[in-house]
Amino acid sequence: MKPANGKPGTSMENKTGSWRTQMPVVDKEKCIKCGQCAMNCPDGCIFVTPNGAQPNYEYCKGCGICSQVCPVKCIKMVTEEK
Amino acid sequence: MSGVFENKELFKSGHTACAGCAVATGFRHIMRAVGKDCVIVNATGCSEIFTSAYPKSAWEVPYVHCVFENAAPVAAGVVEALRAMGNDHTKVVVLAGDGASYDIGFGHLSGMLERGHDVLYISYDNEAYMNTGVQRSGATPWKAYTTTSQVGSKIRGKLQNKKPMTEIVAAHGIPYVASSTSAHYTDLEMKVKKALSIRGPKFLNVLCTCVPGWGTDPSLSIQYLKDAVDTHVWPLLEIENGYLKMNMKPEKKPVETYLKGQKRFKHLTPEDVSEIQKMVDERWEGWVWREKVDTERKKELGE
Ligand SMILES: Cc1ncc(C[n+]2csc(CCOP(=O)(O)OP(=O)(O)O)c2C)c(N)n1
Ligand code: SF4
Ligand code: SF4
Ligand SMILES: [Mg+2]
Repeated sequence: MKPANGKPGTSMENKTGSWRTQMPVVDKEKCIKCGQCAMNCPDGCIFVTPNGAQPNYEYCKGCGICSQVCPVKCIKMVTEEK
Repeated sequence: MSGVFENKELFKSGHTACAGCAVATGFRHIMRAVGKDCVIVNATGCSEIFTSAYPKSAWEVPYVHCVFENAAPVAAGVVEALRAMGNDHTKVVVLAGDGASYDIGFGHLSGMLERGHDVLYISYDNEAYMNTGVQRSGATPWKAYTTTSQVGSKIRGKLQNKKPMTEIVAAHGIPYVASSTSAHYTDLEMKVKKALSIRGPKFLNVLCTCVPGWGTDPSLSIQYLKDAVDTHVWPLLEIENGYLKMNMKPEKKPVETYLKGQKRFKHLTPEDVSEIQKMVDERWEGWVWREKVDTERKKELGE
């Protein structure tokens, strides 16, 4: 009998970015790379890069937490046209 | 995407929690602190559904899904088997909702604590049975609307108070009990690490916003948890070997700061709000008093 196990980490196949109606857009000039967005995102899909915060839109559900917790308010939520 | 955009965590993206779910944020912090050498035991509830719908899984670590009520005995069995095989390092961590912990699995949890198994039990408390569509639990606060504590002309929300779970668990005399939230990640990670450094049963009570259950804007899930702490509604505590320590004593904000904008509280009258304020103040004073007594006793005993 095959065990009923899910394979580790395979949730990554779910591209939850398709759920999104609002999209976080980062003003990289204003970003101070503090990492608050990356820490608080429920989906672990926004990262601090040497150029500033970068959402991974394949997974981002558009909840807006990153925008809300950003101390310099450099993440805007914009309605997405699909 | 790859490279710096890759999720390298033990709890992965692509889980199917609602947008803005603070349980998911909390799990990221918990897993960062727990690390790879663990077995996660997850009770039925939202978190099990959104992380492990067959055949996919958000977990990069060994994971057991058990039924709604038996996470504590499953964890006890796993840890005793590991220890019997000579493994004295793998951490066994329960993740269970408030329904699972405060209510249906309560007797099992109590037994696990009493028998003294080396398990960290984390109750993620979103204050109702969310996965089945928001039914009231022992963790639902007084007056909150749920589908089974409706608001009508006679009855206006939950008739009973929230069960004082942190105190009840602490009364078992286990080595470590603490409360935290998904928003206070430094506090939460510190408590997970500290708990895991102690042998025996440990309990964490972690408050988590639920977007549909609380009727809140998804972007505010973290803010509401900060407000819960800043209004003294949810104090950050540790009870270590019986001694209480309050980790934060923020200058108190009025309780409205926390209640406002939550649809489950939108029917509250000004009288209800002052009643809640009174209850919060009394409980807070109780904690402050107990901390003082405990600190003095600790000094006296030279501990
Ligand atoms: C014995 C039993 N009764 C009822 C259910 C249905 N059920 C599944 S999850 C759930 C609610 C879980 O609530 P909680 O533990 O608070 O977790 P949450 O969904 O809020 O994360 C219920 C009632 C069940 N699975 N097993
Ligand atoms: S909008 Fe939400 S899901 Fe998207 S990156 Fe921001 S916090 Fe993460
Ligand atoms: S219903 Fe609540 S707890 Fe469940 S996934 Fe959604 S936000 Fe999270
Ligand atoms: Mg719950």
